[in-house]
Amino acid sequence: MKAVVTVTGKDKVGIIAMASAECAKYGANIVDISQTVMKEYFAMIMLVELEGLSTDFRTFAENITKAGKESSVDIRVMHEDIFNSMHKI
Amino acid sequence: MLNTHDVLETIKMIRDENLDIRTVTMGISLFDCISDDPERLETRIYDKITRSAKNLVSVCEELEATYGIPIVNKRISVTPISLVGSGLSPDGFVRLAGVLERAANTLGVNFIGGFSALVQKGATAGAANLIEAIPEALSTTEHICSSVNVASTKAGINMDAVKKMGEIIKQTAYLTRERDSIGCAKLVVFANIPEDNPFMAGALHGVGEPDTVINVGVSGPGVVAVAVREAGDCDFSTLADTVKKIAFKITRVGQLIAAEAAARLGVPYGIVDLSLAPTPAKGDSVAEILENMGLERCGTHGTTAALALLNDAVKKGGVMASSHVGGLSGAFIPVSEDRGMIDAVRRGTLSLEKLEAMTAVCSVGLDMIAIPGDTSAATISGIIADEISIGVANTKTTAVRVIPVVGKGVGDSAEFGGLLGYAPIMPLHGESCERFISRGGRIPAPIHSLKN
Repeated sequence: MKAVVTVTGKDKVGIIAMASAECAKYGANIVDISQTVMKEYFAMIMLVELEGLSTDFRTFAENITKAGKESSVDIRVMHEDIFNSMHKI
Repeated sequence: MLNTHDVLETIKMIRDENLDIRTVTMGISLFDCISDDPERLETRIYDKITRSAKNLVSVCEELEATYGIPIVNKRISVTPISLVGSGLSPDGFVRLAGVLERAANTLGVNFIGGFSALVQKGATAGAANLIEAIPEALSTTEHICSSVNVASTKAGINMDAVKKMGEIIKQTAYLTRERDSIGCAKLVVFANIPEDNPFMAGALHGVGEPDTVINVGVSGPGVVAVAVREAGDCDFSTLADTVKKIAFKITRVGQLIAAEAAARLGVPYGIVDLSLAPTPAKGDSVAEILENMGLERCGTHGTTAALALLNDAVKKGGVMASSHVGGLSGAFIPVSEDRGMIDAVRRGTLSLEKLEAMTAVCSVGLDMIAIPGDTSAATISGIIADEISIGVANTKTTAVRVIPVVGKGVGDSAEFGGLLGYAPIMPLHGESCERFISRGGRIPAPIHSLKN
């Protein structure tokens, strides 16, 4: 299954490094990534493949969210289907 | 790759605008539990419910984590208990309510609905005994919801039942007087009750339903309110389109969760209920949507038209988003559960009469309305008869959930807590309708030609 990792918050050095390091730590493979900075607001969206996840989904999601909090950014991990069903007919 | 804007829109809806799945409700048939031995009936019911819904809460929690959307309530609806326990005495029904309560506690669900009777044309001995048991059942349990269908478009209105329900509501209020008569918040009187409604307090598992089923109720007044506000001063066609588009998106999430919950539980998926269900939280209000359409305050002139537009657009957007739609599907206007409605009542803009008019164009009816504790049973029956007539004449569901708050009067406020919220006590007319209510018998079913 694939999940969408969203990282939002105030822009600063090292956000991408932190988020991708967390993905690597749990075996989540980043297959696509897009990132924008609007004014000082940072928004990154990563599509990750979770086939090789070294832990269960919930632990991965909780840990990466916690790591985000420590860097003062909001990180959410959600199954890609919620976006597909909402925005595609 | 997904569009960045789309992804951020979804996140904003969940994080800032209170988008959630209001309820995943498992319907469970209890017909196979029927026994002439009350103890065996109780054991079978407890076993069937706890077996069928064993994984309901844990699966919902898994789905919340996977999809990142809150599922606020996990609930159960059962076959109307008056049918399953038709041989029981009122005391037997009270005991059965206790059994349901025990099952709810074992499973960790928020409510079990279906302590219900269908008496639109007349009451069987079982139905009459269940109705007698309602006050004690609701005052001795926390998680049990009760509903009574007193009318239908085909059968007319059972005015004996309407009269009786006025008395039952009074007794329920009295028995729960220590907690602002909260028992009445778990009791609804219906016309044309749906058989697949996932929302409380009116949920039951109808006789034409499969053995078990998953029904989902979506929410999202906050999301619609923001979309309407951002649409600005557009014309009505554009306004309706805005609501339709957002209703589509909200319902798609409900459809996804319903299908996924059903698959993981190995239970058929029934319906998605398209209702906009408010909560007392800031920014989660149906009244706010109407005010964003251009009303200075909900309840003023234009409110019924605004609500009619909203209700219709929600259905149109939602129908395409889901393969099966059912339940109540529309906008809810429970007073105590909607901050904008509470404000409008406090300031005197929103009256009971206006609420009644609004119920002619949206789902449900006079919902979560606190009235003075010294209101007579006949007056409550009069309120029920009026509201039920709207449903019967217009071939739609209507319902009454009023709370005569013992010891309180106009100017006071009742506190129900949690999602049930708080409500100012609304004034009623002092003139009696007792002679009318006491006539007894049935109001005949309406004619459906010569429409005007």
